Amino acid sequence: MSKSYKDNLPITATKLMEELERYRKGSVSRRHFLGVTGLGTAMAVLSSAVPGLAPRKSYAYGDLGDRLVFSTWPNYHNPVNVEEFTEATGVNVQINAFGSNEEMLAKLQAGATGWDVFVPTNYTISNYVELGLIQELDLSKMPNYDAGAQNPLFAGPATVNGKVYAVPKNWGTTGFVLNSNEIKSGPKSWKDFFEVTMAEGSGHTIVHDYQLTTIGAALCALGYSFNSIDEKELAEAEKVLIDAKPHLFAITSDYQPGMRSGDAWMSICWNGDGLQLNTDLPEMQYVIATDGGEIWSDFYAIPTEAPHLEAAYAFVNFLLDPYVQVREFASHGYASGDSRVSAMLPADTANNKILFPAVELMNGLEFGAAQTLTDPGRAELIARFKSA
Amino acid sequence: MTGESTKGRWLTVALLTPTSAWFLVMLVMPLVVVAIFSFGERSAVGGYTASFTFDQYANLPSRFTAFRNTLTYAPFGTLVSLLVAYPLAYFLAVKVSPKWRLLLLVLVIVPFWTSLLIRTYAWIFILGGRGIPTLLDYIGFEGVRLINTPFAVVVGIIYGYLPLMVFPIFVSLERLDKRLLEASNDLGGTPFRTFLQVTLPLSMPGVATGCMLVFILLMGEFLIPAFLGGGKVFFIGNALVDLFLQSRNWPFGSAVAVTLVIIMLITVSLYMRLTMGRAADRNESIM
Repeated sequence: MSKSYKDNLPITATKLMEELERYRKGSVSRRHFLGVTGLGTAMAVLSSAVPGLAPRKSYAYGDLGDRLVFSTWPNYHNPVNVEEFTEATGVNVQINAFGSNEEMLAKLQAGATGWDVFVPTNYTISNYVELGLIQELDLSKMPNYDAGAQNPLFAGPATVNGKVYAVPKNWGTTGFVLNSNEIKSGPKSWKDFFEVTMAEGSGHTIVHDYQLTTIGAALCALGYSFNSIDEKELAEAEKVLIDAKPHLFAITSDYQPGMRSGDAWMSICWNGDGLQLNTDLPEMQYVIATDGGEIWSDFYAIPTEAPHLEAAYAFVNFLLDPYVQVREFASHGYASGDSRVSAMLPADTANNKILFPAVELMNGLEFGAAQTLTDPGRAELIARFKSA
Repeated sequence: MTGESTKGRWLTVALLTPTSAWFLVMLVMPLVVVAIFSFGERSAVGGYTASFTFDQYANLPSRFTAFRNTLTYAPFGTLVSLLVAYPLAYFLAVKVSPKWRLLLLVLVIVPFWTSLLIRTYAWIFILGGRGIPTLLDYIGFEGVRLINTPFAVVVGIIYGYLPLMVFPIFVSLERLDKRLLEASNDLGGTPFRTFLQVTLPLSMPGVATGCMLVFILLMGEFLIPAFLGGGKVFFIGNALVDLFLQSRNWPFGSAVAVTLVIIMLITVSLYMRLTMGRAADRNESIM
């Protein structure tokens, strides 16, 4: 057997924190960067995608071919893990980074993606199943998946009609981040968020270029559900957004550069980005709104037409290994719903309020709903808001 | 003799076939598909459902702002690029010594070695709060906002499109017969008059080509407004990206695309008629 990825494991707490520190210093999240450049052509080939390097033979996993196409989100993986997978299996991983679930769906709907594995969010899975775009998983091919260790809250959406179509990756929340040196009034809710945008923070607020979170925030501010597709409620939300538009710094999901440069003082924010900003600049505070917001869970899924099926299973299985997951965490800072992983994290991680918010705040959050993804009313609303 | 011409004909066919096939498969067919889609409907989960309706075209006014922005920024950006590029091209072609010319030309090309995406992203930091505004702060201009303004978008356009404007003008100026300038001088023309009546008219083909290149590409621009306008300066290109990749309303996206193509065809043909008409007039007056 050749060199295994487990050779230098288990990771120590010190090493984990070192890696985390290294990541935090060097990284600026570009969640939407590649998405907004459009057409999904932006390829982030993190590692190992050099076909010229002949793969070595005799792998623990057997012959899986020499290549795998993986579509995921920017800054969501540890390059070291991907490299090790290639070393252990000879499979070169080509990574495509996307900026939204809508864009992934658009690509899969258009067909012929060549994807073997991708990372959808909870609320999209039932849509993919309905459209026949993803396949039921053979869990026996993923021995690293321990169903009993999963938090059912985050694993649940993967099961549709009693069949498992995906396995959970990481989970997080959508709230907002503010620069407390500039915003003194301490907004606590989405209602405050939009009020501050129109007053103290005028000209310095960012909302996402993403219908789910931006419309969701406006709906929560009005006291409605984050997922509402009610025409009347959406019309009110549109008014909130259109009124706020002249006061916005930008409509973009790539909000870290603006926050870091001091141009923007407040932004809708995913908690991983919140953690990165807060670590580098303590005045950056991540807030989960008291009037609601999103809790989400990402998954690994395999498209129906995946050309390298065996490699796909091997790759997902590899990424589900608890040690590998810990190193993933060190790289991106998002929590896992896998209890085996939580047990291995340093003790102070469990007390991190950005990663693990207080229960009463968590209770107010909603998972995105399947119809929120496909509702034409919301799609048209965000388009009108942007082109207004 | 018949054999010769048959052979010639076959050669012509053989030479044209790859181009025609490419043209047909890569340009005509996609355009036909887009045109067909534009009469369809968005399916419940997004994408396309076959139908025959004019609803998509009736919905065009909802993208009025995007059309208006594109139709003002594209000509304006072209004009500003021309004003910036002309002196540079003139300098490179006429003023600079041949010894330096090659080096300076390479410097104009060098940015092309890096993706426009990366270079535009760099401008986010140059125009952002810790960039030029900080410098302005030092010399007493406080609180200047550059990023995410129409100004930033125009700067991005000039930066991105400048080489496309410089080269055609440079080429036409370089071919300029210097003896004509001497002749004009000998006949008592001031430098300004020489420029206006000799240099400028002779460089018009380059100007016309450069303007066309920049204008056509600007009509489909979406990257620069998204990055440097902060999503607040919205072009028709941005509307298209949204419609296809976010709201997945392919039929409406197709209708917008078809409309854009029609607008471009009209503008470009008017423009060509105008510039060619000018050229014809000039030829007549010379005779």
